[in-house]
Amino acid sequence: MYELLQHLINGLAAGTIYALVALGYTMVYGVLKLINFAHGDVMMVGVYVGYAVAFLLGRDAASVAGALTVFTVAMLACALIGFAVERFAYRPLREKPRLTALITAIGISFALSYGFQLDLSVTAFGREWTVLPGAASKRFPDIIKAQRWASVGEPAPADPDHPEAGPGGVCLRFGEDEQASGCDDVILWNWQVIGFGIALALMVALQVLVYRTRFGKAMRAVSYDHRVAALLGVPVDRVIALTFMLGSALAACAGILFALKDKTIQPLMGLYVGLKAFIAAVIGGIGNLPGAVVGALLLGLCEEFIVGYTSSSWRDAVAFGFLIVVLLVRPEGLFGRAQAEKV
Amino acid sequence: MRLQLVAACAAVAVLGLACEKKTDTKPAEPKPAEVKPPEPKPDAAKPAEPKPTEEDVILLGEVGSLTGGQAAFGISTRNGIELALEEANAAGGINGKKLAVRVYDDMSKSDEAAAAATRLITQDKVKVILGEVASSNSLAMAPKAQEAQVPMISPSSTSPKVTEVGDYIFRVCFIDPFQGFVMAKFAHDELHFTRVAILTDKKSAYSEGLTEVFQKKFAEMGGKIVDVQAYSQGDTDFRAQLTAIKKRKPEGLYVPGYYEDVARIAEQAREQGLKVTMMGGDGWDSAKLFELGRDAVEGGYASNHYSADDPTPRVQEFIKKYQAKYGTVPDSLAALGYDAARVAVDAMKRAKDLSGPALREAIAATKEFPGAAGVITLDEHRNPVKPAVVLKIEGGKFKYVTTISP
Repeated sequence: MYELLQHLINGLAAGTIYALVALGYTMVYGVLKLINFAHGDVMMVGVYVGYAVAFLLGRDAASVAGALTVFTVAMLACALIGFAVERFAYRPLREKPRLTALITAIGISFALSYGFQLDLSVTAFGREWTVLPGAASKRFPDIIKAQRWASVGEPAPADPDHPEAGPGGVCLRFGEDEQASGCDDVILWNWQVIGFGIALALMVALQVLVYRTRFGKAMRAVSYDHRVAALLGVPVDRVIALTFMLGSALAACAGILFALKDKTIQPLMGLYVGLKAFIAAVIGGIGNLPGAVVGALLLGLCEEFIVGYTSSSWRDAVAFGFLIVVLLVRPEGLFGRAQAEKV
Repeated sequence: MRLQLVAACAAVAVLGLACEKKTDTKPAEPKPAEVKPPEPKPDAAKPAEPKPTEEDVILLGEVGSLTGGQAAFGISTRNGIELALEEANAAGGINGKKLAVRVYDDMSKSDEAAAAATRLITQDKVKVILGEVASSNSLAMAPKAQEAQVPMISPSSTSPKVTEVGDYIFRVCFIDPFQGFVMAKFAHDELHFTRVAILTDKKSAYSEGLTEVFQKKFAEMGGKIVDVQAYSQGDTDFRAQLTAIKKRKPEGLYVPGYYEDVARIAEQAREQGLKVTMMGGDGWDSAKLFELGRDAVEGGYASNHYSADDPTPRVQEFIKKYQAKYGTVPDSLAALGYDAARVAVDAMKRAKDLSGPALREAIAATKEFPGAAGVITLDEHRNPVKPAVVLKIEGGKFKYVTTISP
């Protein structure tokens, strides 16, 4: 029972990260009909920006202001990168066949993930500055102090030599209690709660943005037909650029939460998460925001239970199998709307 | 129009960047990192010697993981090899010829390692190949070397299968069964554990090898293996496996994986409230383990080839030289890289010529060679017989605990 509950928490925590990445994926797809394969790598860049900012603020300075600065700077930096990528790589190809843009996206993905594996530093202002971090893994600073948010389990036995003579029953504790023995069969951490909260909040915020605001209306118009939208006075270039910037900022946010969860970062981290988030977005119905979140949580839970109860060999097989089944049974995804194709 | 051109150029540049990395080890565009023989110093007493031509240089090849998941291993090994060759050159080289090594990066991938080995053999025509660290990569390289009759010395691949490929494949480290045995014995005799769980990397021949022997020996000694879970190298989430292990309440967790995965596993084990003593092999050996795992890895035990605390004079001398050159204390990968290169040089001195078969004979005859990581005598299976040390992690360092002999 405790094991099941812990798997549930782990699965949701993994799904949360997929969800945050998938939101950016699905939003860009919704507007541009472009699968931005570089999305995961933009996330990775955001993580490294966050790493640098945290480093400059003083490693592990876990304060609310510090954490907010890390998030904000990383999101702004990624928004700029998103803007640059769209402006110089995708916009010139907008009228070209869709495959061209797709290949370009793969190119950018590789350029970022392998470019970041180079070591490059310059000396300026009397010290050495790392420009590119190199291939080796780095430990992400604890910008949010990890605390046990809640723990559930059997209470500690009064006599440690006779564990079977425990008081029995179930104990539930809140707050940090790292050293206490017992009562740790299921542990829920503060960053898991924070991540989940942020993912849900962003999903709602984006949903409101797309369906309740003028900008959202413009996004939907561009998505429907960008040429006609332009004729009707929608500033298509600006809408697309803003969408990209928003998606990239989201990626940075997802990346930092991911780094808080996994603690170790390296330049190839974006490829794998990006791929999983893409699957999640397709399962949920690509272009659909709540779909992306639900698909991601399902995928996270599914992987966790499969690994926990069978074998880790099945993790990816199940993820991709799930994708194939969804595509066969419901090609538009769980939440997607089937669209009639004009021939 | 002009803007489009600029954008196109940018795109090409970006793609070019991506490709550059990719082609690094492909034959089309050779850009090898090469350790040149020491340049003659601009001393007045000695007029500049003519640059050594191809004929004057004996070329060795090295395949290593200079980038990717095991980059720290590859870099340490390369440093050890460089140091050994520098020494050999300072001592006059081989019959007046200088030694040089050509290094190819395999990005920690076995298919790249095989391609690099082929390239060293066919294109660079090296006399001896040094490498790889990971057994899976050595296994990919060994058939190429065997087929071309170029001796290959692996510094630190511990899977028994590596030297089984053929009589041209050697190593200077002990093999997996021994490390598994060492840790099983230590867990049973010294730590008095009766319940141990295993988390193995099923993608690596090394990890599987250690697991197999540990499992068998620990059970033979009367201990109980309560659970065996698996992961694949490169996984970042081990929570599901650890949650499953936690239910079995083990005292110890044997993780014969590589440092990066081990650091994550230790961190996540603590996160899941799993209180166990972690044990592992030489795959733990990297300063990265402490940087990434911080205090989560404290209290763990690992078997290894050598310890920098070893008071033996030749070990301390090696450490001093290495520190002078690189500024860090050498890890065992560096010591084994150093040993591998020195065994190769020693064999070159004894061999009647530098052809593959003659060198093979000479290497196979290596007896009581005083290496930095133990005295090396190669047995008939081309594996050295030597003891292992057990180290404990304390205060972000490996501390020597005991030596366990075969």
